[in-house]
Amino acid sequence: MSHDATAVGEPTLPAGPAGLLAGAARKEIEGKSPWALAWRRLRRDRAAMTSLGVIAAIAACAIGAPVFAAITGHGDMEQFSTIGRTAAGQPVGPNGTFWLGTDDLGRDLLVRIAYGARVSLFVGVVATAVTVAGGTVIGLAAGYFGGFIDSVLARFMDWLLAVPFLLFAIALFSVAVQKPIFGFIGAGLPIVIIVLGFFGWASVGRLVRGQVLSIKEKEYIEAARAMGAGPWRIMFIDILPNLLAPLIVYSTLLIPATIVGEATLSFLGVGVQPPTADWGQMISTASGMFLYGPWWYLVFPSVALLITTLAFNIFGDGVRDAFDPRGDFSV
Amino acid sequence: MSQETTSQAADGDVLLRIENLVKHFPVKSGSLLPGQREYVHAVQDVSLEVRRGETLGLVGETGCGKSTVARCAARLYPVTSGMIFFDGRDITTLSPRRMRPLRREIQIIFQDPYGSLNPRRRVGSIIGDPFAIHRTARGADRRRQVQHLMELVGLNPEHYNRFPAEFSGGQRQRIGVARALAFRPKLIICDEPVSALDVSIQAQILNLLSDLQRELGLTYIFIAHDLSVVRHVSDRVAVMYLGKIVEQSPVDAMWAHPRHPYTDALLSAVPLPDPEHRQQRERIILAGDVPSPIRPPSGCRFHPRCPKARPECVATEPGLAASLGDAPDHVAACHFPVADGEDISLSRPAIAAGERVVESGLIAGA
Repeated sequence: MSHDATAVGEPTLPAGPAGLLAGAARKEIEGKSPWALAWRRLRRDRAAMTSLGVIAAIAACAIGAPVFAAITGHGDMEQFSTIGRTAAGQPVGPNGTFWLGTDDLGRDLLVRIAYGARVSLFVGVVATAVTVAGGTVIGLAAGYFGGFIDSVLARFMDWLLAVPFLLFAIALFSVAVQKPIFGFIGAGLPIVIIVLGFFGWASVGRLVRGQVLSIKEKEYIEAARAMGAGPWRIMFIDILPNLLAPLIVYSTLLIPATIVGEATLSFLGVGVQPPTADWGQMISTASGMFLYGPWWYLVFPSVALLITTLAFNIFGDGVRDAFDPRGDFSV
Repeated sequence: MSQETTSQAADGDVLLRIENLVKHFPVKSGSLLPGQREYVHAVQDVSLEVRRGETLGLVGETGCGKSTVARCAARLYPVTSGMIFFDGRDITTLSPRRMRPLRREIQIIFQDPYGSLNPRRRVGSIIGDPFAIHRTARGADRRRQVQHLMELVGLNPEHYNRFPAEFSGGQRQRIGVARALAFRPKLIICDEPVSALDVSIQAQILNLLSDLQRELGLTYIFIAHDLSVVRHVSDRVAVMYLGKIVEQSPVDAMWAHPRHPYTDALLSAVPLPDPEHRQQRERIILAGDVPSPIRPPSGCRFHPRCPKARPECVATEPGLAASLGDAPDHVAACHFPVADGEDISLSRPAIAAGERVVESGLIAGA
């Protein structure tokens, strides 16, 4: 292998005047990351950006729930048994004092809905985070190590997906009410998050496992092994960045499902417990008295839930289009 | 040959020695019974030596096991049997932990400049990976070293923060070369480094590799199926067919006197730039397909397709040996080596038709 090379170097930038242009040139040479490109596509998606605005507004309502209480002068637990209820003890409709009316105990529905957004968003985000984190780690391990570990984990995921989630949740709740699980997981928010996370991670795990199975055959993984990278480094530095896009897409679509899941549990009385304000619980109580007239009690919490999940779903669709314009991963 | 190499085990001139390497891959069979498992005999009893500073070309058609030999040598695959010595040390069964320091000294340049670079990481961090994995340089120091490597392979160091997708195929292959060079390895396995590139870019990368070899004293194993590329870069060549080496020799001797009918056929397929030459030459067209490596043919593995096949070829397997007055470093595994000037396109096999029925079906005699 000995001969003259003529075409080795591609032209490099001249050293002298480059210094003057360093600021401008650097900006240009900094590569556009896949994230930046996805964000640019997302920015152009008007439906997604509108949804993002709605989500931001709902989040502002949740965080600023005490502001609603201050403006109206009504606390979220405060029962106005005289002005908040009719002579017959029924809820009062929307009026100047109670903008969205009151509930069966004479509490301000507007303030309750704002406080209820806190529970929905908190559970939606935290339970999704638990689900995605657990599913990612277990799916990575199953896909990367393969063999026996994969068989055990994959069968466990299949089993979890086959378990009737609601029955299990109701059973677990009745146990937790009697005697807190592990001594500290009582009824209420923690058990909702645990139940949703426990039954949710398997679908994430399967998604991740499938992706890892294809990614680990890529040459760059072999290159990493040839350089002496260990399994942990390969899993978290080489494989994980390639999973982030499908994971982000999946997470944004999982949040509304989780919010609905939480509302379902609360509707059935096995979720968040009174007197904490919660949309599912409000819908449950209101549906019992809807026929007697107080339509607002059912409609406003339902609309709040609808707008929230719809906004997250449309935003999630936009995120998927932005991250995966070619439809490489289907979730 | 293998007798000789065993006795020279302490020869300081040999960087890598592979002895009697066998690699089988299990195939998923339809049966659930564990006893029914079949194996692809990817590499069968291959012995090789790579000397310091030389380029050993490894050629053969797709699926002949050349990449598997290289990956076994780099300990990316565990071997089924056989021994691998690197720099006088037996590395056949080193644990991953004890293999780690040696990973710096054996590097691979991959075929696919698209598949071999992680699309989600910046070029600087891809080339910096060896430093990160072996914890030798960090922060500004790592960046400086990475940019030096980028300059070495003819990339603009200011492109440090770009993603692989922003480079052309040839530039991406330079990134792969830079990554392989990070630790100034002793041995670089080039696994078809140019076969995915345009011809003009191929020349650039080949020139780059030869310049680097001269400057840094590198040793290459160069895998390819393009014989003109192999002739251009190699000092010695080993030809593989169906998991075995059929001929091994210095490059000029092989081109002048191919001894194995398979080598002869391969060389006759090389396109010649001169049309007059082309007309004079007789192309040897081999009959049939490569048999399945799951049940390779008996005797000489080439016999079902060989125009010179004789009953002996079906019965016994030829060993690698020098023949017809060749130098001892030109060996071929053939009972009836091709003589100088012999035109094997005129030969007809002399074995019964029944014996020629192999896994891939009946091979026509002419």
